[in-house]
Order: sequence, then structure tokens, then C-alpha cells
Amino acid sequence: MCDTCGCNITPGNKHLIQANGKLATTESGAAAVDVLTNLLSENDHQAIHNREHFDKHQVLALNLMSSPGSGKTALLEASIDALQHEFNIAVIEGDLETENDAKRIRAKGVTAIQITTGSACHLDAHMVHDALHHINLEPLDIVFIENVGNLVCPASFDLGHHYNIILLSVTEGDDKPAKYPVMFRAADLMLLSKSDLLQVIGDFDPGNAEHHLRQLANAAPVIPVSSRTGDGLSVWIDWLRRQVKQHKRGLLIGERIIPNIQLLRNTTG
Amino acid sequence: MHELSICQSLLKQIGNIAAEHNATAVENVYLQVGPLSGIEPELLQSVFPFASANTIAEQAKLIISAMPIRVRCKTCFGESEASINRLVCGLCGDWQTELLAGDELLLERVEMRTDH
Repeated sequence: MCDTCGCNITPGNKHLIQANGKLATTESGAAAVDVLTNLLSENDHQAIHNREHFDKHQVLALNLMSSPGSGKTALLEASIDALQHEFNIAVIEGDLETENDAKRIRAKGVTAIQITTGSACHLDAHMVHDALHHINLEPLDIVFIENVGNLVCPASFDLGHHYNIILLSVTEGDDKPAKYPVMFRAADLMLLSKSDLLQVIGDFDPGNAEHHLRQLANAAPVIPVSSRTGDGLSVWIDWLRRQVKQHKRGLLIGERIIPNIQLLRNTTG
Repeated sequence: MHELSICQSLLKQIGNIAAEHNATAVENVYLQVGPLSGIEPELLQSVFPFASANTIAEQAKLIISAMPIRVRCKTCFGESEASINRLVCGLCGDWQTELLAGDELLLERVEMRTDH
């Protein structure tokens, strides 16, 4: 993340750091420069800028990630129904193609900006920044960013949001966190979506899903939720309320929220 | 396949460093990629020649060091190696650990030819 303070130095690479190692000459006479910058530093700088933008307007930004079809848009529809008299909400939708999801959100009377990524499998901080140019943050309390349905690539990109919400639908198997550790390690909250199907599915054990998440040294809360029946929805909505309040209160005393995975990365490289 | 975006970002950084040192060509590029970075070193290797075509790094060799995963236990304070989907303490088995290494995605070193 940082080019100068040495926070990229880990026990794995510190032997490479030498006091005078900035510019050296190799045996073949080539110039060698030791760098140690993150390959995503450009994205990370844009993400920091985006987060400052959200913070300036006291808007909580949430990045929703999951497999395709795990019910992200349905969750947003249910959350908007529950919260729209309380909070002002906008949604940034990421999909490879179509405006379908944005249309569903707009039908609820909420601003939705669709980012169509074409062939790109994830959103990045620059795409979100472009979308922010089409949103007036001033009156807003929450911006949901619905990432491209994909449990691999979106995990690598900080968008400038505050929390990663990862949905695991109960139709997918409770060992998903073990199969996609990079993604689930990044979760600040894990929602077990379509929980009304638990009885029908039979072999999805929420306890196992939580166990696999803990094996990633992740202490994130786990909430089973059904957008269809409303089961568990109030727990998720209460979590949201708390975070909106905590974020606003924190800003008054200069406290900033960043996703836990970015905090971890700051200290380990 | 986000390795291509990563590669483009890498080439931009290499381009800046090469320009800063008036390089005529980049010979070797060293990266550190930890398993928890979410990046596949082999995929990165295979897209690099395509992404680097017509850049100052088009002849460059990409050398990627695989990094080990290490954790420190918050309960017993011991340090141990861990695997990608089992980041628990290797000594006492507690899951509450912090990652010491293994999520690196770093440009470590650039070697290049210069005029002077």
C-alpha cells in the first residue's frame, strides 16, 4: 500500500531490504531497482479517494460479493423495502451485461447506476469512482455496491467501501469458505442467503459454514437470511442500522472505517 | 481472469521506473506473490508476454517468488506455517491468528539496461 514507510516488509521478504539497496548494479551490468510496491497500488489510491468521498458525505458504502445467483439483488430489494423510510439509499450495480438489476432497484424508487463491465470479472475502484459522478451523495446514508457475481476476482480489489458483505446461499454447499478462502477471508459479515431453503436442501449445515469461515481466522458475524420469507432479515437490518450510526458517530471524532482485510493488508504487505 | 488487469497495472509501474532511470530495456522483473493474494502466478506468467508486447518490458523475464503463509497466534503467541484455507495456529490449534506473511502481491525489483 505505502511506498515509503516499509509497511510492505514482511518476515518473508525483509532479508531483501538493505540500507543502500535503492539502485544497484547486477553482475551483467544492468541497473537494478528494489521497489516493493503493491501491484494494485493504483487501484488502492483510487479506493482511498473514493472512501474519503463517502466519508465526507457521511455515507456508509457496502460491497456485496457472492457467486452469481445467490440473491444479492433480492436482498437489496428486501433491504430497501425495510429501510427506505429511514435512510436514503443508492445502489451501484456491477454486471457483465444488461441493466436488469438496476431496473429492479429503480422500480423501488431508489437511484441505481449500472456498471456494465463487458468482459471484466470484477469492479475496480476506478469504475466505482466513475459511477459516483452520477450520484449525488449529499442526501444519502447508504450506498450498496453490488459487485459482479464471482467468488474469485472481486476479492482483490478495494473499491473504497467500508465493509465487505459476502453472501453464501444455502444451495451452494457449506464448504464454500474453504474452497474460496481469499474471498471469504475478506468478509466483514457473512450472510447465509435463501435460508428458507435450508429444510429442503437438508445437507447445508450453517454450523459447518461458520466453522470453515473461522478456519480462515475470520471472526465476522454470520447471519442466515431469507429475502423471500423475511426470515432473519431483521438481524441484518439491525446490523445495517448499527453500522450507519457507528460510521456517522465515528466520523465526528475522526474515526474511519475500512474493511478488515485492508487493515490486515496494511500491516502484512 | 483478473491477472490481466494486474499485469497492466504492473507494466504501468515498470514503465514509470524505467522512465525514471532512462532505461532502454527492462531485463528482469521480480515479483512476490503470496497464495492469499488471490493471484495465480502461472496465469500471470502466461499473460505477461501479451500484456508487455510493444512496451519497454517486452523482452523482460518475469520471476515470481512464491511466498509461504505464516500466522501468529493471538492466544499462545506462537508463530507457525499455515495453509490457504486453514489459517489456524499450528501449535495450539486456535483459529484466532493474525497473518504475518502470505498475502503479498508486490513488485520487488526491476533490472534494466541503461545508456549510461
